[in-house]
Amino acid sequence: MRIKMMKRYIFIAVFVLAAGVAQAADVHGFADVRAGLRMQNDPNQDDESLGELRLQLDVMEYAGPLTLQLRSDFLYDWVLDEHDIDLETGEGAIDLREANVSASPVSWADVKAGRQILTWGTGDLLFINDMFPKDWNSFFIGRDEEYLKAPSDAVKVSLFPSWANIDLVYTPRFDHDRFITGDRISFWNAGLGARSGQDAVADADIPDEWFDDDEISIRVSRNMKGYELALYGYEGFWKSPSGSDMESGRAIFPRLGVYGSSLRGQLMKGIANLEAGYYDSRDDRDGDDPFVHNSEARLLAGYQQELMRDLTLAVQYYVELMMDYGEYEDSLPEGMDAADENRHVLTLRLTQQLLSQNLMLSFFAYWSPSDEDGYLRPSVSYKASDEWKFTAGGNFFMGRDDHTFFGQFEDNNNIYLSARYSF
Amino acid sequence: MKSNPSIKYQASSIIHRLSLMSVAIFSVLLASLSSAAAEDLTVDEIITKANEAAYYAGRDGQADVKMTIVDAGGGERVRQFRILRLNAENGNQKFYVYFNEPADVRRMVYLVWKKVGEGQDDDRWMYLPALDLVRRIAPGDKRTSFVGSDFVYEDVSGRNLNADEHELISSAGGQYQIKNTPKDPGSVEFSYYTVWIDQDTFLPRKAEYYDKNGKLYRRVEGTKVETVQGYPTVVESVVTDLNTGGKTVNAFSGMKYDIGLNDAIFSERFLKRPPREATR
Repeated sequence: MRIKMMKRYIFIAVFVLAAGVAQAADVHGFADVRAGLRMQNDPNQDDESLGELRLQLDVMEYAGPLTLQLRSDFLYDWVLDEHDIDLETGEGAIDLREANVSASPVSWADVKAGRQILTWGTGDLLFINDMFPKDWNSFFIGRDEEYLKAPSDAVKVSLFPSWANIDLVYTPRFDHDRFITGDRISFWNAGLGARSGQDAVADADIPDEWFDDDEISIRVSRNMKGYELALYGYEGFWKSPSGSDMESGRAIFPRLGVYGSSLRGQLMKGIANLEAGYYDSRDDRDGDDPFVHNSEARLLAGYQQELMRDLTLAVQYYVELMMDYGEYEDSLPEGMDAADENRHVLTLRLTQQLLSQNLMLSFFAYWSPSDEDGYLRPSVSYKASDEWKFTAGGNFFMGRDDHTFFGQFEDNNNIYLSARYSF
Repeated sequence: MKSNPSIKYQASSIIHRLSLMSVAIFSVLLASLSSAAAEDLTVDEIITKANEAAYYAGRDGQADVKMTIVDAGGGERVRQFRILRLNAENGNQKFYVYFNEPADVRRMVYLVWKKVGEGQDDDRWMYLPALDLVRRIAPGDKRTSFVGSDFVYEDVSGRNLNADEHELISSAGGQYQIKNTPKDPGSVEFSYYTVWIDQDTFLPRKAEYYDKNGKLYRRVEGTKVETVQGYPTVVESVVTDLNTGGKTVNAFSGMKYDIGLNDAIFSERFLKRPPREATR
């Protein structure tokens, strides 16, 4: 116990020192303290859902034609109390967010290599063609929304011929999602036929061979008078466990190809977006392997509009259509809950800014009429000054069944508070 | 044949003097002509020229803005950003706004394709670097506060000239005084506003807004003007909210015109990779 306390004081001392150095040099970032509580008892989890002190330092340097960026979080987590550094999961004392070098070797191309955050597609907290890693743990426990995007270790080459923008991303070793393992968030464990958490942290078989287990993402996009058109392709793996190995019982990441397109532009007084993608589940093309996800078509339509000054409404409809549903049903082992053929999801976002835009009320809701489950994300944040920002929020899950996408997280309802000092 | 250097010098000196004189005479003529013309300008011509002087100087331009928002209690918030502007065809424009402060919006970019055509809305994007996210922003109420300041979007990019009826009240004291009454009163919070425009530069120097009860509640002023590359330019402007007692001061520096900005800068590519024009 004494050692633990000592560790804490040492960390805080280092933290204060680093913040001081950052203030002096041309380093920017923030210090963020954040704590959350579970709203119900879960025997397989801590009562605290979140508890961490985080220092982010961000340096950008221009060296001739090169731009160097380093952005890293230094973390003291007193809930998981796990301080060994794991740069893949971001757990431990360091979460390296970005470490890359970029350049424009010719006027019509940009290259960025190294650890970077990558995003594309048109969905709002729904992703079809964005196959870059997500951090669902951070998202569900109440970290800042930016932590939903986990970093990729990749090379991105962007080409700009006159007729389109072409982005190619090569990830030499599979960057999976920071998926739900049970250590922070309890989930439906199909193998156990029950919800599990820290009692049975998921053991996953992650493809990790350099250059063999690689990923390629491509986007060809064009802005035509304010209407943004894009085509996408992806070759890699399901990003979160999407099946299990029958012998070992471990979660697996089967092969996946995705092909899609999107369109975004003004419609009436707002912005509309459409996105579609075909998920080609390479290891179960016939759909008759009950332990590997079937292929799917995914569609998304969204619309956002300012209702009145500083109040914006956004709605989305999203659907996953399972291919080869007959084969899936026929192959399903006795007693296992069958997923629906089509999973429909509606989302609603309301954002209200008050007090000279210093107070923000935000509400985001997912609701699936087919799964009869949902997820609510209310939050309030106040910018007390240019430096200080305070946030309070919650994550609330509900569902009729225990095994559906949001329903499985029902025991993880939480509220959180944070204070952030930016510099 | 050898030329006589002293004769050559004299000749060139005379030519030089003559040309100086002709420039002077021409300038005086032009000035009197333009002041004569000034008397005869219609109100539409005045506001068109004022709009051009205030928002369209040069082919393109850039400025560093330090925006200080002061609330009634004296509390201050500071935003610092660089604006790049490019004039497009038919009065349309593109703006690239790169934020340096406050720290929580550092390196965010706000991109606007301003459209002045009847019934057209601006296209707007925001780039959030921590998420690598290019967010499309729904067309908004242009009377919304710009980044939490007392300025509204329309103060920054210009109010559509066709939105108001204009009436010349006075031409005294070297300024045109023009009353502007909205054609669609329901779309704005004011009942009318009066603008004072300098007759020599056509720069709007003051605007006063009256609420629906006829009470003066808001004042926008160009408090300092300098000539940059021949373009008279407001280098400090102040908005005062007479209801709340708050105000916002914009101090401009590093202004340049006709820098040859490339249209490509105003695109997704340069949202994700800010150009040197924005960062240096």
